[in-house]
Amino acid sequence: GNWSRLAAQQTLSQDDLIGPDGSGNVTLIHITDIHAQTQPIWFREPEINLGVGDVAGLPPHLTGDAFRKAFGIEKGSAMDYALTYDDFVALAKTYGKMGGLDRISTVVKAIRADRPDALLLDGGDTWQGSLPALRSNGADMVKLFNALKTDAMTAHWEFTLGLDRVNEIIEGEFAGAFLGANIFDATWDEPAYEPMTMVERGGQQIAIIGQAFPYLPIANPSWLFPDLSFGVRQERMAAVVQEARDAGAAAVVVLSHNGFDVDRQMAANVPGIDVILTGHTHDAIPEPVMVGQTALIASGSHGKFVSRVDLDVQSDGVKAINHRLIPIFSDVITPDAEMTAMVDETRAPYADEMAEVVGRTSSLLYRRGNFNGTWDDLICNALISQREADIALSPGFRWGASLLPDQDITREDIFNVTAMSYPNAYRTEMSGEQLHLIMEDVADNLFNPDPYYQQGGDMVRVGGMGYRIDVSQPQGSRITDMTLLRDGTPIEPDKTYNVAGWASVNEGTEGPPIWEVVEAHIREQGDVSIDPNASVDVAAG
Amino acid sequence: IGAMGAALFVPQLAMAATTEEAISAFTGGATPGEGDLTLTAPEIAENGNTVPIEVSAPGAESIIILAAGNPNPDVATFNFGPLAGEQSASTRIRLAKTQDVVAVAKMSDGSFIQAKQEVKVTIGGCGG
Amino acid sequence: MAENVTPRVRVPSEATAGEVVTIKTLISHTMESGQRKDDQGNVIPRSIINRFVAAFNGETIIDVTLEPAISTNPYFEFDAKIPESGTMTFTWYDDDGSTYEDAHDITVG
Ligand SMILES: [Mn+2]
Ligand SMILES: [Mn+2]
Repeated sequence: GNWSRLAAQQTLSQDDLIGPDGSGNVTLIHITDIHAQTQPIWFREPEINLGVGDVAGLPPHLTGDAFRKAFGIEKGSAMDYALTYDDFVALAKTYGKMGGLDRISTVVKAIRADRPDALLLDGGDTWQGSLPALRSNGADMVKLFNALKTDAMTAHWEFTLGLDRVNEIIEGEFAGAFLGANIFDATWDEPAYEPMTMVERGGQQIAIIGQAFPYLPIANPSWLFPDLSFGVRQERMAAVVQEARDAGAAAVVVLSHNGFDVDRQMAANVPGIDVILTGHTHDAIPEPVMVGQTALIASGSHGKFVSRVDLDVQSDGVKAINHRLIPIFSDVITPDAEMTAMVDETRAPYADEMAEVVGRTSSLLYRRGNFNGTWDDLICNALISQREADIALSPGFRWGASLLPDQDITREDIFNVTAMSYPNAYRTEMSGEQLHLIMEDVADNLFNPDPYYQQGGDMVRVGGMGYRIDVSQPQGSRITDMTLLRDGTPIEPDKTYNVAGWASVNEGTEGPPIWEVVEAHIREQGDVSIDPNASVDVAAG
Repeated sequence: IGAMGAALFVPQLAMAATTEEAISAFTGGATPGEGDLTLTAPEIAENGNTVPIEVSAPGAESIIILAAGNPNPDVATFNFGPLAGEQSASTRIRLAKTQDVVAVAKMSDGSFIQAKQEVKVTIGGCGG
Repeated sequence: MAENVTPRVRVPSEATAGEVVTIKTLISHTMESGQRKDDQGNVIPRSIINRFVAAFNGETIIDVTLEPAISTNPYFEFDAKIPESGTMTFTWYDDDGSTYEDAHDITVG
C-alpha cells in the first residue's frame, strides 16, 4: 500500500480515539468477547458474513466495500483497517496491532475521568481463549477484569470451565455482578443466577439485565455444566424488563450474549428495552442499530474496541443515546503501566512456554469468515497428516487472533486459536451420509431464516473434502457436491471415511489435545504456507 | 461441531399410530379448530431426551400432547379436575428428531382446539 | 417394584382461601420405553409410570396419562386452587402395578 506508518500515526492521536467528554448523565462502557486476549493482536474481520431472510444485507452482514459505504469509511483509513478485511496485511503493517488490556485500561480510566461513575459492562467470552486463561482456569482474566472495576458481566465460554469453577469464581473471585436472566436450573425450572442488577446513576435507577448465550448446552458440552438450562426465553426477558420498570427503572440495559440477529429479533419482540449491548457474534458496528426505540450496540471482539454509550436518562425515560466505538490502536494509546504490570504478572508463569517458536508462516493466518479461514485450513491439514484421516473437521469458532505473513509462529499463537477445555483431537469413521447430515445440521444452525434458530458461529471448516452450499435452501438441501479432494471422487453415502476433528461436545472424547497436533504439524513443515481455499463453493443467492 | 453419533434414533415400532389417528381417537372424529390454546416449547431442544413443554387452555377439560415425528406420537393426556387452578401444565418429553409437537384441547362445550410448535433437535454446534 | 423410585414435590405449606398455587413434582424413574435394545440385541421391556394424579382433600386437581415419550424422571408443574386447609396427595402408577405416594399439608390462615 501507499500508506506510510509515519503518516498514519500522524493522523491518529489518543485523544481523538477516546473522543471528547460525553453527553447525558449516565455512561456505559461495553467490552465483549475479549477471549482472554490481554496482548495487542492482529485480527482480520470476515470477508464473508452472510445474513439470511430479512437481515440479508443489513449490518452486521456487510463486508468490504459495502461496509465502508454503509458507514462512510474511507478505503485505507484506520477505521477501514479496524473494521474490514481487504488489504489487511498492508494496513496491518501501517496501523499496527490492536487491543491490549493495558490500552483498554487507559481508555476506561479516561472515560472515568470524565464520568467517574461510568458502568463497565462485560458481555462475556472473557475467561477463555489463551494459554494463561486455560492454565489458570480463568483466574487471570477475573483478576484483570476486577482491576478494571467491572460492574457486571454475562457469559458463554465461561461455562466451559465447568459449573463448579464458574460458581467458585462468582462466589469468591469476581467482584462484579454475574447476570443471566435466561439461566435456569433444569430440574426445578427455577432461575439459577441473578437476572439483573439495579444501580443509581445520574440520579436515576438503571436496570442492567444479563442474557447469557442461549444455546450453551447445544454448542458446547452440556456435561461441563450439568443441570443448567438456557434458551432465548423471550417471555422471561419480557417479565424481567417489566419487573425492572415496576421497580422504578428509568432505563433498561440488556447485557446480552445472544448474538446480533437474535438480539435484533428480541428487541423487536420485547418492549421496554432502551439499549442492548450485543455480543457473541463478534461484530463491530460504528453506529447503533435502532430497532424501534431500542439501540443495539456491537463492540467487536478480542479487545479491538471499547464502546462508550452516553445516555440522557430522565425520570420518564431515556431522552438521548450517544455511542462511540473506540478502536484500541495499540501503537497510539499509551498503556496503563499499572495494568501492564498486572497482566505481566498473570503471564509470567507461562512466559517461556508461550514464547517458544514452533515454526514460521509465509501466509496470512486468520480464522473469521462464514466458510473458511487459513488458520482452520492449517488445523485441518494438521489433523489429516497427524491423525492419518481422509477428512478433517474444525469447528467454526469466531475467536482466534490472526498472524501476518513472514512471522514466527509461537506456542502462544497456537493456543490463541485452540485454547479450550475439550480439545481432544478424535479420529472416527463416518459414512458419507453421516457427513452430509452433520454439514446440513451445522448449516441450519447458522443459516436458518428464523434468528432464534441461529447459534451464531461460522460453518464447520472442512479439510480433505470440498462441497457446494446454497444458504438460501432449507435444511437437507443446502449442501451438495461433496467431493473427496484427494482423488476428486464424489462422497458416497454408504462409503466409510476416516474423519478427524476436535472440540467434540461428547463426554469422554479421546485423542491428543489439538494444540499438540497443530504444533507437531507445524514443526514438521517448518514454514507453513496456506493457499486460498477453493474447495467451498458458496451460492449466496 | 460436536456430537458424533448422538443417540437420536429410536427404532420404528411396527404398529405406530399416526398423529391424525391419535387426534381422531381423542376428538371422536371431529377436526379441531383454532382457539385459546397455548403450547410453549423451546425453539431448539437442548437435549432431545428431555424437552420442556407447557400447555395452557383456559376452560379446557383435557389436553392431549402428541409428537408428530416420533415413532409413536402419543405423549400424554392431561385431565383437569375441579381444583385445577388453571387449565395448564408443564412436563418434559422425548423427541426423536426435529418435528412438530401438537396439543389438542377438549373444551367444556365439547369442542376441540389445536396448537402446534416445531422443536428442532440438533446434533450440536460451534460457537462465537 | 422398580428400584430407587423417589418422589419429590414442591408445595407451599400455607395459602389464603381460594388462592391458586403452583405445584412442581418429580419422580425418579427410568421410564424404560420398550423401544431400546440391550447389548445382546434383546428388546428391553417397557416399564414406565403410566398415570399421575394430584388431589386436594380427595378432589382431583390433575390426572395425567403418561406414554413412553415422557422423559426419564417424569416432571409435572401445574396450578391448584386451595379452598381450605387440607392435604394434597400425589400418586404415581407404575406399569408393574406398584404405586408411589406423597402427601403435603397446606394451612389456610
Ligand atoms: Mn460467545
Ligand atoms: Mn465470543
